[in-house]
Amino acid sequence: VLELIVISTLNGVLFGMLLFLMASGLTVIFSMLGVLNFAHASFYMLGAFFGFQISRWVGFWPALVIAPLLAGAIGAGVERYGLRRVHRNGHVAELLFTFGLAFAIEEIVQIIWGKSPVDFRVPPLLDFPAFTIFSTNYPAFKMFMLLVSIVIFVSLLIVLKKTRIGLIVQAALTHPHMVGHLGHNVGRIFMLVFGVGTALAAVAGVIAGPALVTQSNMAGLLGPILFVVVVVGGLGSLPGAFAASLLIGLVQTFAVSMNGSLAGAFGPLSPDYAQTWLSDIWSVTIAQIAPIMPYLLLVLILIFRPMGLLGTRDT
Amino acid sequence: MSELATHAAPPLPAAADKLKFYGMWLAVVVALLVLPKLFSSGGSLTTFSLIGISIIFALSYNILLGQTGMLSFGHAVYYGLGGFLAIHAINIVARNKLAIPLPVIPLIGGLTGLLFAALLGWVSTRRSGTAFAMISLGLAELVASSALILRTFFGGEAGVSANRTKVFRLFDWSFGPQIQIYYLVAAWTLLAVLAMYALTRTPLGRMCNAVRDNPERVQFVGYDPHVIRYLAFCFSGFFAGIAGALAAINFEIANSAYLGAVQSGTVLFATYIGGVGFFIGPIVGAIFVTLLSLGLSDLTPVWQLYFGLIFIAVVMFAPGGITGLLMMHRPLIRAGTLSRVLPSYAVAFVPTLAMVTGLMLAIETVVHFTVNPGDDSHIKSFGIRFDAASPYIWAMAMILIFGGFFLARRSWGRVALAWDDALGAARDKGVAA
Repeated sequence: VLELIVISTLNGVLFGMLLFLMASGLTVIFSMLGVLNFAHASFYMLGAFFGFQISRWVGFWPALVIAPLLAGAIGAGVERYGLRRVHRNGHVAELLFTFGLAFAIEEIVQIIWGKSPVDFRVPPLLDFPAFTIFSTNYPAFKMFMLLVSIVIFVSLLIVLKKTRIGLIVQAALTHPHMVGHLGHNVGRIFMLVFGVGTALAAVAGVIAGPALVTQSNMAGLLGPILFVVVVVGGLGSLPGAFAASLLIGLVQTFAVSMNGSLAGAFGPLSPDYAQTWLSDIWSVTIAQIAPIMPYLLLVLILIFRPMGLLGTRDT
Repeated sequence: MSELATHAAPPLPAAADKLKFYGMWLAVVVALLVLPKLFSSGGSLTTFSLIGISIIFALSYNILLGQTGMLSFGHAVYYGLGGFLAIHAINIVARNKLAIPLPVIPLIGGLTGLLFAALLGWVSTRRSGTAFAMISLGLAELVASSALILRTFFGGEAGVSANRTKVFRLFDWSFGPQIQIYYLVAAWTLLAVLAMYALTRTPLGRMCNAVRDNPERVQFVGYDPHVIRYLAFCFSGFFAGIAGALAAINFEIANSAYLGAVQSGTVLFATYIGGVGFFIGPIVGAIFVTLLSLGLSDLTPVWQLYFGLIFIAVVMFAPGGITGLLMMHRPLIRAGTLSRVLPSYAVAFVPTLAMVTGLMLAIETVVHFTVNPGDDSHIKSFGIRFDAASPYIWAMAMILIFGGFFLARRSWGRVALAWDDALGAARDKGVAA
């Protein structure tokens, strides 16, 4: 049991950090531009596929740098030539634009790389067990993923808190108009933030690609969870997004490794339930409902804290 | 006070307007009756049935998006649940030989949609805007994933099927042949469209518009925006359930795809492409998108990409949708200044068409080399044969795209000038824009 707890905690924190890599970009973009980038998970997917393709050509390490840069450039282009144009038509049009974009990106990825998973392998340099706890080998690549996300997390924190551009971004989070009045080129900051945000999502894609499955439906699978993270944490709150990322990462990882069910817990009390159509609910295991855990959490949060964990904005 | 009230009430419409109004509905009824006589093949009847279903679904969606200003990414939940309950209802009715005829079944679907909208709506309509959109997405994922877990009820991946001919028969209609299904769908479509049109004319419908435009002022007037959003959500769920039940009857099966994100996305596309600003918009959109998806899927393997690109183009360049574009011209037609813009349209049309053709050529060529690279490079798409490996084709695509783009940009600038001129002239004649 202890083994399970340690491994699940490690995996949960890892998944949470990956989520936060994406959620942080999403949150900052939302706070500044007022638009929730529906295509954010698509940039994560683009990162993974670019990473796969580039690592085939020149190796994994250059891919780790080039793929996010490429995805970030596409993101900046989308902001400059797409979103800014749509902005005139209101927030709904902006959200719909990113929705259409997510749809189109998935189609394009399917056309280029096909529907089946691609063979994106862990680089040989990291293809060994990092350590062994209780007879389980923990892969070094996962430790590397954790390291990368922590490094990015810390550098993001430093950039936001200590540099001039970070100050402007922070100010624009709460008072976007005032920042514009003070003479900053808000348009360029928006483009920059959008580019960096999508590049961060792409970094998550490159490092998650070899560990998880790189497939054209990965954006569709992860996207909704990402939005749950942002809503649960509170729209526009970075600390909230961080807390929610870790929470959902841990909840989901722990749920997957548990096998209990209502029938297991109370089965001896009333065996006749197993015969009715309720048997589905009765005998489903916690591991089976792991995929819906984030959404259950979302509903609970909405009932008890409609603003989200640390949210203050009501949009 | 009473004097004020009588003055505030709109004047009764003139007899001519009334005649026009009822005449229009009558024309629709006649058209629905005559349509299967003109196109009597099984394929076209199925197409008409699908269009009818998607009209109801898109209109129900527009109660949220167009009329109350709520962008939902999970409308298929109510459609799908309506469909599942309808299938189960057909099976139960057939097994127990209950005296419930098939035409009543869609009502069961509608009530299911209403019930679930009433259950899930209270939480999700608490907030509007982006938060509502995300919540609807989360709830949709919750229901869709639960459907795969609760296998007894939802039938897992395969879904649940039923035989619609086994139900109690009224007037000896078996509902086996597609023509009878067509009439069933047509009748329900007409009923639902009428009901939803009537809904927009009620005080509730007007308050929905107010909530969309300015929820704060609605609060000042003494209404609770949350309650109004909730009511709109319930109505919308009801009609979505009817549409889902009709779809289930049409296909005699309900599976988890009914509830999924693709279905929610399709209704959003149809509604928005048609135009959310007018009642008729979703109807136009439903017809357009259904025909497009049926037609394009024969012509090209990557029709969904075109679909997405059309949607993006509409969001970027025509936020009012197809009907919005057409309705823009109404003041010009009234003032008779339409002829001033038409020539510039004709000029702009040529390079735009060239650009679109170039894009399509490029997409089809790229698709050929990525999807089936080993095959013969002489491909046929949109009914035209060409050699995807030929450098001429590549060069032509590039010239069409860049040349078309360059010229289209300039000519659309001309259109804008002509448009301002024509609209200004219309204003001078006293026609309100």
